[in-house]
Amino acid sequence: MGKLKSVAIYAARGVTLLLAVSIFSFMLASASPIDPETRYRLSHPGASDANVAKMREYWGVDEPPAERYLGWLGGVLRGDWGVSTTYRRPVLEVVGTRFKTSLALMMTAWAFSGLLGFAVGCLMGVFRGRWPDRVIRRFCLLLCSAPTFWIGLVFLAVFAAALGWFPFGLAVPPGVPPDQVTMGQRIHHLILPALTLSFLSFANLALHTREKLGDVFDSDYALFARARGESDASVLLRHGARNALIPATMLHFGSFAELFGGSVFAETIFSYPGLGAAAAAAGMGASDMPLFLGIVMFSACFVFAGNLMANILAQIIDPRTREGVKA
Amino acid sequence: MRGLNRRAAAAMTAAAAFALIVAIYAGGALLPDTALAADFSQKGLPPSWAHPFGTDFLGRDMLVRTVKGLSLSLTVGAAASTASALIALAVGMAAAMGRRWVDHGVNWLIDLFMSVPHTVLIILISIALSRGATGLMAGIALTHWVSLARVIRGEALQIRSEQYIAASRRFGRSPLWVARNHVLPHMAPQFLVGLVLLFPHAVMHESGLTFLGFGLPPEQPAIGIILSESMRYISSGALWLAFFPGASLVALVLLIDKLGNTARHLLEPKEAQL
Repeated sequence: MGKLKSVAIYAARGVTLLLAVSIFSFMLASASPIDPETRYRLSHPGASDANVAKMREYWGVDEPPAERYLGWLGGVLRGDWGVSTTYRRPVLEVVGTRFKTSLALMMTAWAFSGLLGFAVGCLMGVFRGRWPDRVIRRFCLLLCSAPTFWIGLVFLAVFAAALGWFPFGLAVPPGVPPDQVTMGQRIHHLILPALTLSFLSFANLALHTREKLGDVFDSDYALFARARGESDASVLLRHGARNALIPATMLHFGSFAELFGGSVFAETIFSYPGLGAAAAAAGMGASDMPLFLGIVMFSACFVFAGNLMANILAQIIDPRTREGVKA
Repeated sequence: MRGLNRRAAAAMTAAAAFALIVAIYAGGALLPDTALAADFSQKGLPPSWAHPFGTDFLGRDMLVRTVKGLSLSLTVGAAASTASALIALAVGMAAAMGRRWVDHGVNWLIDLFMSVPHTVLIILISIALSRGATGLMAGIALTHWVSLARVIRGEALQIRSEQYIAASRRFGRSPLWVARNHVLPHMAPQFLVGLVLLFPHAVMHESGLTFLGFGLPPEQPAIGIILSESMRYISSGALWLAFFPGASLVALVLLIDKLGNTARHLLEPKEAQL
């Protein structure tokens, strides 16, 4: 019973948050100094009056703001997200196809940075205070201060331009029909952007894991385990890693927002045709508001999904949160 | 620094970091704009003694452009992080000292701001305010207050439960008076440290958004502009155009971070154990 209630509260919170996001982003979009008609005419030179009228009706240009918002929200709920002026296709379709491309990139980077970050964090924790820890920690702190887009640029300059190991960008080789692209080619194009994106959260995760492991190793039960004659590896596996895994999982699932934000940069630099690059493109020029609003809503859902998974997983991994215990 | 104790050494570090940051700012502000004039006889040179960072394809010295860019980043970053820290102070204090519903409202607001990726949100705010420096600063200020607001709220809640607060209330002081005179002064260290630690994020977002084309206009000598221009020349092997300006930005961010962390050790007794 209690569980059902907490699920209901969580769902209600998610829905109210999404509603609030839609209201605020719609208000911000309406505050933009370029009005929808000018924008439409700019992006569709020589548009017919009938099309302009259709667009005006969809966006409710002649109606008061509240009605305009409700009209748009109704459309969104019915699955009619408007038409992107950049790609000339329905927003929902653009978001769907681009998200599929992005998902491969984001999940590769996410999984890679998660595994590597946790492993490196464990390494630092075990060698705490000794030279491997100090060297890696310096490196991690350096990474935390390096903007993603600059790391991407350096990768591009070194691995694509100077060494020629990887292609310059795009998700597939240019000029090859989509059905003839091999998996190997896709992976070849994915590596550099994924590596760039994984540098975003890797250092942060490693540093957090190190701190948590430090707490565990300072604890009485770790001391007792050592006194029993357990080796470093055994203390790490049986006590350290298990305890550090929970906050690391929470942190990493909670980093979906940064992951999405980072993909805007990584995809723009590598001209990777995903949702992040679409977000940057939609904001340019006369700004493609239908698409941008769609992306805002979609990214909010994405972040919410990450937090939801973090909470569910924490319940599964951590026996203490399973029943009856309130945080 | 052998002869100094740790506290004095930390103070020296903070002073040195601060002096260096001021020097970078002054360097960029004092360099005349004529130093950025195009000189086609010097175009596209790799780094050398005459041009340590090389020159770009209009023959401008990249070191001058970088210092000017960093100086600009410092200005924008300072304005944005100050605004953001003020928002955090106001929101955090309101949440801790106000009625329960204010606290709930603030928590909800924090959830709201955390629910959209910051990059996307800053782009949206920047577009709404017709791009440029104002839109960018507003975007950064409105997205970065969350973590500091939480810190301030927690700290203020702790102080609120002190006996002298209860005594002051019993003497008939209004909640607002208590908040202003008994609680607010205690927030000074957190506020200052939080402000400095916000700075690196503000600088990184400034350059990032400018790089994407939502920040400072292209005629400004910003680091983001330099880096987005360098994209065009990377395929021809002009690595220095991207490497040195970006590395300088990282160095500046590390420097500010060092200043913030040292200041925290100095100002917050609980953090004093290095």
